[in-house]
Amino acid sequence: MSRFRSSSASRRVSLITASAATLTVVMSAAIAIYWQPARADGILPWRTDLSEKDRARVASVTATSADFSKPEAFESMQGGAATSRKLVNRDAFSQFSANLTFKQERDFKLGNALFRKLWVSSPSSTRASDGLGPLYNARACQNCHLKDGRGRPPEPGEIASSMFLRLSVPARTEAEREALASKTMMRIPEPVYGGQLQEFAIGDVPVEGHLRIEYSPVKVELNGGETVTLRKPTYTVSDLGYGPMDREAMISPRVTPQMIGLGLLEAIHPGDLIANADPEDKDGDGISGKVSWTRNPETGEPMIGRFGWKATMPTVHAQSADAFLGDIGISTPDHPHAWGDCTEAQSGCREMPHGVQADLGDTEAPDPVMELVAFYSRNLAVPKRRDVDDKEVLAGKELFNEAGCVACHRPKYVTSRKAAQKQFRFQLIWPYTDMLLHDMGEGLADGRPVGDATGNEWRTAPLWGTGLTKTVNGHTMMLHDGRARNALEAILWHGGEAQAARDAVVAMEPEERAALLRFLESL
Amino acid sequence: MKTIRTTAAAAVMALSATGAFAETKPADVIATYADIALAGYEDSLTTAQALDTAIDKLIAAPSQATLEAAREAWFAARVPYQQTEVYRFGNAIVDDWEGRVNAWPLDEGLIDYVDATSYGSESDENELYAANIIANTSLTINGETVDVAEITPDLLQNTLQEAGDVEANVATGYHAIEFLLWGQDLNGTDAGAGARPATDFDPANCTGGNCERRVQFLSSASKLLVADLEEMVANWVKGGAAREALAANGEAGALRTILTGMGSLSYGELAGERMKLGLLLHDPEEEHDCFSDNTHNSHYYDALGIRNIYHARYERVDGSVVEGPSIAALVSEADASVAEELSGKLEATHAAFTALKTRGDESEAYDQMIGEGNDAGNAVVQAAIDALVDQTRSIERAVVALDLEALEVEGSDSLDNPGAVFE
Repeated sequence: MSRFRSSSASRRVSLITASAATLTVVMSAAIAIYWQPARADGILPWRTDLSEKDRARVASVTATSADFSKPEAFESMQGGAATSRKLVNRDAFSQFSANLTFKQERDFKLGNALFRKLWVSSPSSTRASDGLGPLYNARACQNCHLKDGRGRPPEPGEIASSMFLRLSVPARTEAEREALASKTMMRIPEPVYGGQLQEFAIGDVPVEGHLRIEYSPVKVELNGGETVTLRKPTYTVSDLGYGPMDREAMISPRVTPQMIGLGLLEAIHPGDLIANADPEDKDGDGISGKVSWTRNPETGEPMIGRFGWKATMPTVHAQSADAFLGDIGISTPDHPHAWGDCTEAQSGCREMPHGVQADLGDTEAPDPVMELVAFYSRNLAVPKRRDVDDKEVLAGKELFNEAGCVACHRPKYVTSRKAAQKQFRFQLIWPYTDMLLHDMGEGLADGRPVGDATGNEWRTAPLWGTGLTKTVNGHTMMLHDGRARNALEAILWHGGEAQAARDAVVAMEPEERAALLRFLESL
Repeated sequence: MKTIRTTAAAAVMALSATGAFAETKPADVIATYADIALAGYEDSLTTAQALDTAIDKLIAAPSQATLEAAREAWFAARVPYQQTEVYRFGNAIVDDWEGRVNAWPLDEGLIDYVDATSYGSESDENELYAANIIANTSLTINGETVDVAEITPDLLQNTLQEAGDVEANVATGYHAIEFLLWGQDLNGTDAGAGARPATDFDPANCTGGNCERRVQFLSSASKLLVADLEEMVANWVKGGAAREALAANGEAGALRTILTGMGSLSYGELAGERMKLGLLLHDPEEEHDCFSDNTHNSHYYDALGIRNIYHARYERVDGSVVEGPSIAALVSEADASVAEELSGKLEATHAAFTALKTRGDESEAYDQMIGEGNDAGNAVVQAAIDALVDQTRSIERAVVALDLEALEVEGSDSLDNPGAVFE
């Protein structure tokens, strides 16, 4: 079915340290992992899940439309048959795939209840609900994934609820370099504080510290006389609970991403993503999408990273298990350590009472908790689009194409017929992403490489549902750290490979820009 | 799209063809379904108005007697409302509204004082987890200071409900009122409900502090419930938005709404989220009406609502009956054996829930039934769950018998739907 290949590669990685000094490191990776799908003949040869006739149909329907006088067929059903057609309200991101069976609806609702469930510290009378921490960012999944929508940076004086800092250090030993190259690890955790900064802790365990943000204004002049003032963030950590961080520690902020359509993104055929990649920019269009390679945590096989702001996670299940451990401090069969993100250097932390109950299972969240939450996460439906036939929306869609946004925000796919969940198979979907890593320029760079992503690279974020963030979360903040207060600011932050598209938007006439934004709001 | 409509139309035509020989017309079935909805919401409204009157009396003259009378009125208000829950599934307009009246679970520390030992004061990013609005005239939501000096229906609905985007921040509906009337149930899985004293509502002899604000909160929540139910009644009168939306689905679509509503409430909502999870976790917090220990009734009337709409027969709170042509008759004309099977399973469910209700009324509360190690109580709950799951399988067969399953991909982009994309 699939062939594994190895090749040697050496890669130049640009790193920006917290102090903003720039240095360039040559990282020689002994082995780079990747994988190629089996191929048939003819059109879309990698789509061996399809008959020849279907391959032709898929090629035709996924081709970019040149007709902007009317909506494309089925364009409003952006999540295929799973699209939610419920009334639009603040629950717009919390509905289940519309094509579930009654039994699957049950699993979704159990997953939802577990997603909302508040975990408590051990020991507790509710034995199945304890095991929180010792270090944590939240007591329930829902408390960061507010309304299953987008998080935002904290307001001054507020503790971050839907944002935290990832932490790591550069590889400094041969073993560490080897681990990164082979993707056994995607990053080397900070030796004391671990992989992320937890702002809460149970009992007498010291909290790790607090995220502090300062913004400075950056003015951007737009064609037509409008000036936009962007806010450029600087991140620091105060009240460090375990002494100073490593001299070379790298920090990178993350807000919670919207959770809709994740199962459909997982169902996109890997060949469709690989086909879009052009790491050396051989076609010379200035866009060099790169696949983020990682490993299936269960089998060790190479897999495409699809989830997370830097596409480090191959599956929704893996992402969920990672969040259980790092964000809430709950162990699962995937990550059986009850102490969560406590490192050996955090004395006492690993010795705190845990929530494992032998009669219930080996971990704090034994089966079927993990899979129910993953099922829930895969089946949060994409809402139906609004106003697809509006003239201004259609004009905006044309401008989105013309400006070159579609080079990375790739509009549509037909999912694999071999997708694990039946409801996600062979669906025409419109996520507006290529799921690849792109250099977004110095302005957005976090200087913190993870896996294949350099400090300048980010995964193209899906745009479906974007227009409903205000309805669901009461704000319109975007990008990995929510620095953009609206879609226009997010566009203006684009640099690197996206510089030309960004410049095209700056050069637009005001009414054109308005149409472009109207199109985004209709997603 | 065209093909799907044709399939749906074919289903209706097939039904109409059957109708030429039978007595039941789909249009009459759909009309009865809407009539029962109207009657159910009207009953919910009148009982909520009675609750509001009882609350006014409690506020005017706080005593154990007026508090008990208000609690009884709350119990009575739950009876018709729970029977309408089946309408939430499939009717987008009801689902859109439901969170205002029946949101659950709720973090009661948002509203009033709680017992710190059992509730926990664990620091949390839900900054409103223990905000105690009754004791505070201002609070911080999303980093902004909000003036809550005056507690009004508008404040509850538009500011406090789901404040900070946290769904457990519930400030409106039956369960907010329930918490105010009963207080926390501090008995764990032991016997007993919440035991708030009447003096909590008595500014002259105030216990619990801030009695005037507690009265404001209770009164506001009660007025809001009445207004919300008025809105839903208006949606189901002739020409109302819910009836119009149902009609817009076409006959086949409306029939499917009836059956999927029955299936969704049976399996995912009631058997799953509301019952199985509590049994899995043995957590007394996993109880739908947790302050009043009314969960056995809440579940019983949910299940009864499913049976009502299948047989198109609803007994109103005044004892009168609304009935008419049923989807049961339609299924029977299409496949008598499926109709009989589903009818039998609904009766089995009714028996299982009657046993659960009897146990709740006579020997132990629902939170005790789901307690760890209570094998007999667990078994009663499990039997009710099993019956719901079993009846859902027959509901699926009824969907097939009426040739409605083609609608599953209605409006979908499924490329498996021949010709849908490339015609």
